[in-house]
Amino acid sequence: MEENNLNEMKELIRNYVIKEYIDDDDTTITYETPLISSGYVDSFSMVSLLVFLENKFKIKIPPSKATPEAFDSVNNIVALVNQYLNK
Amino acid sequence: MYNQYQDYLRTQINEIKEAGLYKHERVIVSPQGAEITLDTGQKVLNFCANNYLGLSANAKLVEAARNALDTHGYGMSSVRFICGTGDLHKELEHKLAEFFGTEDTILYAACFDANGGVFEPLLTSEDAIISDALNHASIIDGVRLCKAQRYRYENADMEDLETQLQQAQEQRFRLVVTDGVFSMDGNVAPLDRIYELANKYDAMVMVDESHSAGVVGETGRGVTELYNLKGKIEIITGTLGKAFGGAIGGFTTGKREIIEMLRQRSRPYLFSNSIPPLVAAAGIKMVEMMTETNELQDKLHFNTKYFMEKMSKAGFDIKPTQSAICAVMLYDAKMSQEMATRLLREGIYVTGFYYPVVPKGKARIRVQLSAAHDQEHLDRAIAAFAKVGKELGILKQ
Amino acid sequence: MSYSEKTRDLYLSQLADIRNGGIFKEERFIHSSQAADIEVEFPSGSDLKKVINMCSNNYLGLSSHPDVIKAAHEGLESRGYGMSSVRFICGTQDIHRELENKVTEFLGTEDTILFPSCMDANAGVFEAILTSEDIMISDRLVHASIIDGMRLCSAQHDTFKHSSMEHLEEKLLLHSNKRLKLVITDGVFSMDGDTAKLDQMARLCEKYDALLLVDDSHATGFIGRTGRGTHELCNVMGRIDIITTTFGKALGGASGGCVSGRKEIVEMCRQKARPYLFSNTIAPVIVSGVLKVFDILSASTERRDKLEKNAAFWRKGLKDAGFILKEGNTPIVPVMLFNAKLSQDFSKELFNEGIYAIGFFFPVVPNGQARIRTQISAGHEIHHLEAALEKFIKVGKKLGILGLTKDQIIEKFGL
Repeated sequence: MEENNLNEMKELIRNYVIKEYIDDDDTTITYETPLISSGYVDSFSMVSLLVFLENKFKIKIPPSKATPEAFDSVNNIVALVNQYLNK
Repeated sequence: MYNQYQDYLRTQINEIKEAGLYKHERVIVSPQGAEITLDTGQKVLNFCANNYLGLSANAKLVEAARNALDTHGYGMSSVRFICGTGDLHKELEHKLAEFFGTEDTILYAACFDANGGVFEPLLTSEDAIISDALNHASIIDGVRLCKAQRYRYENADMEDLETQLQQAQEQRFRLVVTDGVFSMDGNVAPLDRIYELANKYDAMVMVDESHSAGVVGETGRGVTELYNLKGKIEIITGTLGKAFGGAIGGFTTGKREIIEMLRQRSRPYLFSNSIPPLVAAAGIKMVEMMTETNELQDKLHFNTKYFMEKMSKAGFDIKPTQSAICAVMLYDAKMSQEMATRLLREGIYVTGFYYPVVPKGKARIRVQLSAAHDQEHLDRAIAAFAKVGKELGILKQ
Repeated sequence: MSYSEKTRDLYLSQLADIRNGGIFKEERFIHSSQAADIEVEFPSGSDLKKVINMCSNNYLGLSSHPDVIKAAHEGLESRGYGMSSVRFICGTQDIHRELENKVTEFLGTEDTILFPSCMDANAGVFEAILTSEDIMISDRLVHASIIDGMRLCSAQHDTFKHSSMEHLEEKLLLHSNKRLKLVITDGVFSMDGDTAKLDQMARLCEKYDALLLVDDSHATGFIGRTGRGTHELCNVMGRIDIITTTFGKALGGASGGCVSGRKEIVEMCRQKARPYLFSNTIAPVIVSGVLKVFDILSASTERRDKLEKNAAFWRKGLKDAGFILKEGNTPIVPVMLFNAKLSQDFSKELFNEGIYAIGFFFPVVPNGQARIRTQISAGHEIHHLEAALEKFIKVGKKLGILGLTKDQIIEKFGL
């Protein structure tokens, strides 16, 4: 994937995470920030992120792959999405 | 939206009814005891309560509860760590540890909660839980809430347990979990051999003594007493809702650090009231009574032996047991229902169990004996069984 | 035995971490009945100390009410001590049915099923009524027991931002293709003392064809004009499909909980809810006490009216003194201190002054949101509240926080 597209995707996902899960303005979310293991996103709320990714990128992520580990940072999520984009 | 969902639920409920699995509740208007009164006015002998020691309406327990109502009030209105710990809770925890020969005890609102909250704080995904296939539903729910790897062995099958232990060697810690007495067959877990295998394969052991505490072992200390393993089992869970008075409440007793960790992290303990003070007071009285004399335990053991021998002699097919649960095997589901109905007509209250509660073709009447039963009660029950058994062609005329 | 040094050490080091992190929970032993004035042994082994209790869920002051105790005595006499059985074998007495009917009438629902605790009610209800085709959409601040219940249920789950109706609506749209949608909220949120917007939620659920479940544990008996709960406050009685609540707080505080709501849902719980099927129900003596509680509440709104007055008095007093409070109109009044250690120190100083109130901090509340949670009771008399207020002010002055803004407190004590 081209550098530009990749960065665009990262930014898109990061913005969604901030809008959906982060309530206070003091928190900074980087591409590396652990999302689930540090408690920003609880595992119950992952489903909307999953639906967002599937709708946005027109992909289907099998439930078995939608693990807390795979969703634990923006970078991880991008890697996961790419697996299914290229199929 | 409810209309549409209502239709769906109605269908489901009908399916349950058609499968013959709908649970009806019989309403009792008297205290629990050997003889109870139903809302129909009928007086019956009760052979299906977990009232093993006959303490459910024991005068001394009632008195202890009444005293506590006067000194400690009715409710605590708080979880333990805010302002819900009474001196009576602490005393009962010590008394139970003494009773079972363990290091410390933690009380829960029910044994369902003790089992529901024991695994998650102690074990992680690096660990293994090796569980008997017939363990109680509350253990299963506790395991479901824990991330540890799950292994299952066939009921009391030591070869299978050994295989599972071998397969679980990769994990950091291993915990073998078993009921002390399995409530449908009344069989006692082979704890001596479980303990040997746990030693061999470096595993800890947890026993749920809900149907065995107060019942099994000469002085009613449970399966750990029967197998001379007092103080050697890491985790014991049990209930105050059966032999020990039968009101409510459960506990986990065992190694000090384990109990301390549960107090910090076990969710049903942190997020729910403990037992009310009056239940703690009755619990303390119960332990005192069982320590002072062995009368109730002896009577229960006598009653069980007496009933089993007479029933076998009468020609019934009885599962061998060292507990106070006596499974009268009938195999056929319909027959078990018919027999229970006719026995009730004779004034004997028992429950028939069939698939899916027990395996297909293994339907039975489960009789539970109690120290509250007098010999005359037992004789009446045996006579009624014989009469109905003949009517239904199970026994020879 | 394999409880080796390795195992012992693992648990010991975890416990040490909890202690070092300052979040070890120490229990204080209460030797008296639960009431406004209690006698406490703390630390363990020390002499009894008389303190005013400002942190119990004894909202209506019924935990040691003489009439409730008398009813429990009578229950012990007429119904014995325990049932030693689950409901469907031989553990149902007529008074269990009577209590179920009373709750139904009080909450204005169709039917009710008792559970040993509200924790068990919440743990059992979801799995009994939903399948993997369905979705649960819960407020992000619901109680831990609801979370455990959802964990045990195979339905999908999602959350919405605390009390955000726009976000809830988004979620209802997002999951519109699911067979059943169940929206889940607490009626009163226990840490902040705010109430759910049940009127708007009921409207949204009706619009998007969803069911609504409310855990009203911190509301039943005193929220709403006649104490029916949050659904009365929000004027949506009869429009909530499922209410779960407890008898372990305002309603006598001993034990027990229930699921109350649509007839078929309750019937389904009776057939399928695991904590109901596999555990004893509430002991007869407790049932007798709760029955009396409902008699008291149905006869008069005196107690909840007094509670409302007490709470208003307390709120105003603290505010005028210069404390920062979480806004709300419930008897849960959180005094914000932000810094975790400050909340612990404040609680300790209060205890020395004879006032019992606990500090809460992460992970029970969000990081940087540490507080003393005070809970007002109809068992408090004005002199209790005046005395407590005086000590709060004394400690507030000593620690130098009165009149400070949030930023000033954080600047002074850190986060």
